[in-house]
Amino acid sequence: MAEITYAQAVNAALRRALSEDPGTLLFGEDVALPGGVHGVTRRLRREFGERVFDTPISESAILGGAVGAAMMGLRPIVEIMWADFAFVAFDQLINQAANVRYVSRGRLTAPMTVRTQQGATPGSCAQHSQSVEALFAHVPGLRVCLPATPQDAYDLLLAAIGCDDPVVVIESRELYHSLKGPVDQDGPRAPIGGARVHRAGSDLSVVTWGPMLHTVLEAARVLESSGVSVEVIDARWIDPFDTDTVVDSVSRTGRLAVVHAANLTGGFGAEVVARVVERGVSLSAPPLRIATEDLRIPAAPALQRAAIPGRDTVAGRLLSMVAPATTA
Amino acid sequence: MPHPPTQTALADLAGLWRIRVFEETVTRLRVEERIAGSVHLCIGQEAVPVGACAALDLTRDAVFATYRGHGWALACGADPAALFAELLGRETGTNGGRAGSAYLSDPGHGFYGENSIVGAHAPIAVGAALAARYDGSGRVALAVFGDGAMNQGAVHEAMNMASAFDLPVVFLVENNRYSELTPIAAMVRDDDLVSRAAAYGMPGSWVNGNDVGAVRRVVAEAVDACRSGRGPVLVEAHTQRLVGHYIGDAQTYRPRDEVEAARATEPIVVLTSALRAAGAGDAELSAVEARARAEIAAAAVTALAAPPADPATVKEHVHG
Ligand SMILES: Cc1ncc(C[n+]2csc(CCOP(=O)(O)OP(=O)(O)O)c2C)c(N)n1
Ligand SMILES: [Mg+2]
Repeated sequence: MAEITYAQAVNAALRRALSEDPGTLLFGEDVALPGGVHGVTRRLRREFGERVFDTPISESAILGGAVGAAMMGLRPIVEIMWADFAFVAFDQLINQAANVRYVSRGRLTAPMTVRTQQGATPGSCAQHSQSVEALFAHVPGLRVCLPATPQDAYDLLLAAIGCDDPVVVIESRELYHSLKGPVDQDGPRAPIGGARVHRAGSDLSVVTWGPMLHTVLEAARVLESSGVSVEVIDARWIDPFDTDTVVDSVSRTGRLAVVHAANLTGGFGAEVVARVVERGVSLSAPPLRIATEDLRIPAAPALQRAAIPGRDTVAGRLLSMVAPATTA
Repeated sequence: MPHPPTQTALADLAGLWRIRVFEETVTRLRVEERIAGSVHLCIGQEAVPVGACAALDLTRDAVFATYRGHGWALACGADPAALFAELLGRETGTNGGRAGSAYLSDPGHGFYGENSIVGAHAPIAVGAALAARYDGSGRVALAVFGDGAMNQGAVHEAMNMASAFDLPVVFLVENNRYSELTPIAAMVRDDDLVSRAAAYGMPGSWVNGNDVGAVRRVVAEAVDACRSGRGPVLVEAHTQRLVGHYIGDAQTYRPRDEVEAARATEPIVVLTSALRAAGAGDAELSAVEARARAEIAAAAVTALAAPPADPATVKEHVHG
C-alpha cells in the first residue's frame, strides 16, 4: 500500500466522493483553481469541472449555500479555511444546518460536510490557532470528527460525506504535509463514529484526538521506559462519541486521563470524564484532564510551547497519576 | 502634475523606503527561519499607508488594518525595532510576542492593530467612530482592508451602520486585485468596488494607490468630510503586491509578466522619477534610501539582541 501524506489522503477521499456521486459539490475560498491554500484540493477542479469552485471570502454564503444545496438533495462539501473563521458564520451551522432535520421532522435534511483545520503552529496568531471542537460538539444535530492519521483523514472524511446530517471534519494543518502513512483506498465506506485503540496498555487509559494523538503516543513511549503501560485511545469522533470503548478500557486500567490542545474549561475532556464517571467505573486515581489552560493562543513559539501541553508535560502529568508519591 | 522636490515629497520617499526595507529584511529573517509562521508583506503597496497616515492626526485618530499591516504600523510611527521584535517573538515586541506578524498593534501611535479575520475590523472602526460622538475627541477612524474583504458580511454591516449614523469612518480599500490566490474580478460581478459607496449613500473616491501624493490628498479630503460631521467615505486605492500573498507563495495563479509590468509603476519608482523630473539630484535621492537602510538595519540588530518572550508570563492578561 502506497504511503501518502495526510493532505493527499484528504485529496483522495474528495476525489472518490466526487467520482462516485455526481451530486457532490466542493466549494470554498481558493479551493478550486489554486487547489487550496494548503494544496489539499489540488487538481480536483481540473478533474471535476464546475462541481468544484472558488467562492468569495463570504463564510456565511459558503455555509448557507451548503445548507440550501443540501436541502435540495445535493451533497455539498465546503471548506472553512481555518476553524477560527467559522465564527463569522456560526449562525449557518448552529441555527440553520443543525435545525433542518429536527424542525422538519426529517422531511428535510442537510447532508453537508464542512472541512476545516485547526491548531497552533509556530508563529500562528491568536485568530488562527484555536482548537474549537468542543464548540461544535456542544451543538446537537452536528457530527464532529478529528482525523489524526492519513488513513483516518481518508476514512472519516468519506464517512462524513456519506452521512445524511451535517458533519464538521476538523483536520490538522500541522499534519497535512508532515505525516505520511499507508492508506487503503479500496475499502467500503465506513459509517460515522468509533474510537480506535492505538496502543494497548494496562496501567492507565488516555483518551485524545487530533494531532495531540501523536504527542500522547510519544509520552506513552517515555512512560514505557519508566515501566508504566499506557493505553492510548484516539476518539476520532467526538459526536457521536464512542463511550463504550473508553469505559471498557478504563474498567481494565482503573485510571483515566484525557488530553487535548483545546482549552480546559468546557473542553470535550470534561465530557469524557463525566461519561466514564456516570457509568460508575471504579477508579484508582482521580481522573485527569491535560489541556491548554484557558488561554488566548500567543504567536511566539516560546509562548506557544508554554501554553499548549507538549510531550514532556503530558508524560510528567500521566506519571504523577500512576505514582503520585514519587513524583509530587 | 510633477511633484516639487519639497520636504513633503522627500519625507514621503523616506516613508516608502523605510517600509520597503523593513519588509525586505522580514523576508530574509523569515527565510532564515528566525521568524516563524505566515508573513504577509506589503511590498509594492507602501504608498497607501504612507499617504493615508500623513493625512491623519495620529494623536487622536485610530487606524485598524489587516495582517498585511507592517507598513501601516510603521507609517503610524511604531518603532521598527519593536515591530521586528514582535515578528521574532521577543519580549520587547510591540505585543511581547503574543500577536506576531499578523495581529500586532501599537495604540500609543494610533495603530489599533492588525486583524487576521478578513473584514472583522471594519465594525470595530465603526465603534471607534461612535465613541468619538461621545468623547468629544474629534477622532476619525480609518479601516483599511483588501478587495476581498468587500465580500465579507461584516464589512457590509459596518458601512451601512456608519452611513446610517453619519459616523466619521474612512473605509479604505487596498485593491491589489487578488484575494489571497483568487482574482477579485472572478468573485464580484462589478469590480469597480468604489461604486458600492453609492448604495450606502456615502461618497466614494478612487485613487491611484501607487501615487503617495494622490493618496494623501484623497484621504485628507475624506478625513475632512468625516471631521466636519458629514459621515463616512469609501476610498478605493488601486495598487499591487510585488510579492506573493505570503512569504513562500509561488504565485502560480498570476501571469508572470504582470509582476514585471508592475515594477514600472510601483510607488518608489513613481515618486523617485517624479522627484528627479522636478530637479532632485541622485545624491539627494540615494541619501534618502541609505538613511532608511541604516535605520532599519539598526532596528533589526536591536531586535535580534532582545530576549525571547518570557514563557512565565504566558498566562498574564487573559483577564484584568
Ligand atoms: C473571515 C476570514 N476568511 C478567510 C480568511 C483567509 N484569508 C486571509 S487573507 C485572505 C485574502 C484577503 O484578500 P484581500 O481582502 O483582497 O486582502 P489582501 O490579502 O489582498 O491584502 C483570506 C481569504 C481570513 N483570514 N478570515
Ligand atoms: Mg487583495
